[in-house]
Amino acid sequence: MLPLFWLRVALSLYGVGLLYALASFWGGRKVLTRITLPAVGLGMVFHFVSIIENAMFSGTWTPTSMHGLESLLAFVLMVFFFVIYARYRATSPGLAVFPLVFWLTFSASSYAEPTEPSAPLFVSTQWIYIHVALILIGYSALFFSFIASILYLIQERNLKTKAGMHGFWSRLPALATIDEIGFKCLIWGFPFMTLGLIAGSILAEARYGTRYFADPKILLSGLMWVVYMVLLYTRWSAGWRGKRAAYLATFAFGAAVLAWAANNFSQTHRFIAP
Amino acid sequence: MNFHVIGVNHNSAPLEVRERLAVPEAQLPDAIRSLVQQPGVDEGMVLSTCNRVEVVTSTKQAADLRGFLGRYFGLDVAALNGHIYEFQQREAVRHVFRVASSLDSMVVGEPQILGQVKEAYAVARGLGAVHSSLEALLSRAFAVAKRVRSETAIGSSSVSVASVAVQLAEKIFGSLEGKTVYLVGAGKMAELAARHLIAHGAENIIISNRTHERAVDLAESFGGRAVPFEQLYETADHADIILTSTGASEPLFRREHGERLRKGRRNRPMFFIDIAVPRNVHPDMNKLDGMFVYDVDDLQSVATDNAGERKKEAERAEKIIELEVDRFASRMKSLAVVPTILSLQEYCETIRQAEIDRIRGKLGSITPEQEAAIDAMTRGIINKLLHTPITTLKSSTDHPEAATIHEMIRRLFNLNTGKPKE
Repeated sequence: MLPLFWLRVALSLYGVGLLYALASFWGGRKVLTRITLPAVGLGMVFHFVSIIENAMFSGTWTPTSMHGLESLLAFVLMVFFFVIYARYRATSPGLAVFPLVFWLTFSASSYAEPTEPSAPLFVSTQWIYIHVALILIGYSALFFSFIASILYLIQERNLKTKAGMHGFWSRLPALATIDEIGFKCLIWGFPFMTLGLIAGSILAEARYGTRYFADPKILLSGLMWVVYMVLLYTRWSAGWRGKRAAYLATFAFGAAVLAWAANNFSQTHRFIAP
Repeated sequence: MNFHVIGVNHNSAPLEVRERLAVPEAQLPDAIRSLVQQPGVDEGMVLSTCNRVEVVTSTKQAADLRGFLGRYFGLDVAALNGHIYEFQQREAVRHVFRVASSLDSMVVGEPQILGQVKEAYAVARGLGAVHSSLEALLSRAFAVAKRVRSETAIGSSSVSVASVAVQLAEKIFGSLEGKTVYLVGAGKMAELAARHLIAHGAENIIISNRTHERAVDLAESFGGRAVPFEQLYETADHADIILTSTGASEPLFRREHGERLRKGRRNRPMFFIDIAVPRNVHPDMNKLDGMFVYDVDDLQSVATDNAGERKKEAERAEKIIELEVDRFASRMKSLAVVPTILSLQEYCETIRQAEIDRIRGKLGSITPEQEAAIDAMTRGIINKLLHTPITTLKSSTDHPEAATIHEMIRRLFNLNTGKPKE
């Protein structure tokens, strides 16, 4: 009962972040600006408590269900948000991150939890754990880089249309700062994503042999990785920014979402041994 | 105690008048010293900037500050009369708050004034001309200025073309540190804008001008590099910011130049500030990804827009000031009764001690316990008797007849002469 309780406390605090994001689009957010960061920060603490309790309850750090995974991803996203905030004082990624985190946490906390520890995993738990952690960090980095490329487009448009210095979008960070956030996320995320996929492949190879690689989840993950690499390469070598980078990032992000969703129809990538 | 402000500013007096009243920095201590020697003046400071000369004082009784101005500057006061403003008490407090918060400035919201007030305050304080009341007023004024700055956006938007250019550059590049500015054309306006950009961190300056000598001169004064005009296109891709101000009748930079520049810069953004009329940069350049072009009209419209925004913010700031004046006034009122309370206590204590000394001889030898009991009893009587007058004084500060009550208590206990009657 307990793990879900703390998760729900976290959820209600993340709700403040959701309100902040929604209210931002209507302009009125003075009070929210002051309370949002402390609220979601506190939410993160309770979220952490719930993850620990969940791990103690199920006897493993590795998420044992889609909901556990959602909760963990939401947590990693929040960690990313605060790391970026600490470095750049940028709150605008919150406009996209808070709703997503809220939704993931909501989904994770609104299902009946298992009443007893789940069946043992089908492969070595340490390896699964590494695989999951690396991939989640990779996903988060990709998501932040996607948000940054959208914010870049908005800010670029802002400056080009000479919209002036006030109004809602003028509070975005400087173009160069947004660009740096996006690029740094790509660079830092790539090795995690790559190693995560390699770890996953080794696990699958050991268990299923080569037939594993014909699975939709794996194909989509592969596609995502390729786009990710193209994105990084074009930015690195040709300095692609703005529209072209945003299209690629959207594509990579779309592939990532599909790969994530593919858990639901994948034959082999399952949480519990069949 | 009374606050009394007199002065001239850019609204009240033309430059010729302000010039004659201006106090050079070196002469400031002298002015302050003569100010506090004026009859009635208890504390005083002098604020002299290019837009205002003000004398801020705390007075014990009516002081002739106009006369002081006339005598000190050797001017005919009657001639000044139309240009001088004078504020007392609450109005004086509001004025000081407004000045420190930059609401009374020529360019509302400009940040320098607060520093100037702080300096004037420091000089007067160093001379001992500012201590209790003005100290309280000024330190509150600094707090109010800070509050206005943080709670309104009054100082956040630029209203001159050059500062708008800087602000836009910062919106694009974040910080200007390490950025390269290329001046194409070396006129006065370009020089001014470049100085602004350098003041905000831009480091490398390249200058190209049709008359090469002028470029070389300017490059020297900036510590930059002059490039012959013929090499403009080969060298332009070094620049993050290009500031054009030549008299060319056709645009110097067109879309095709932009495409080449972008390649050379590996898609890093570029900011064109075009203050030339006719324009030196073709408007199509702005359509290229990563190329931002602002011409003089664009800069001006951002500046005007900002000025409108400032006006709105200034209205909010005035409300904050009004609240703060209220708060300060009621604080000063409650401070005003403190000396009375102290002398009241002192007065009773003197009587008590005298009575104890008198009865001491009659009692003969007493134990320390008995002595302590007498002490406690007499103290208790006094505290009980004084309780009502003191609480009345403290709570009367917002009473319409506060001054009467205050005066009554002073008279009843004969506090004005300072000596209790035997």
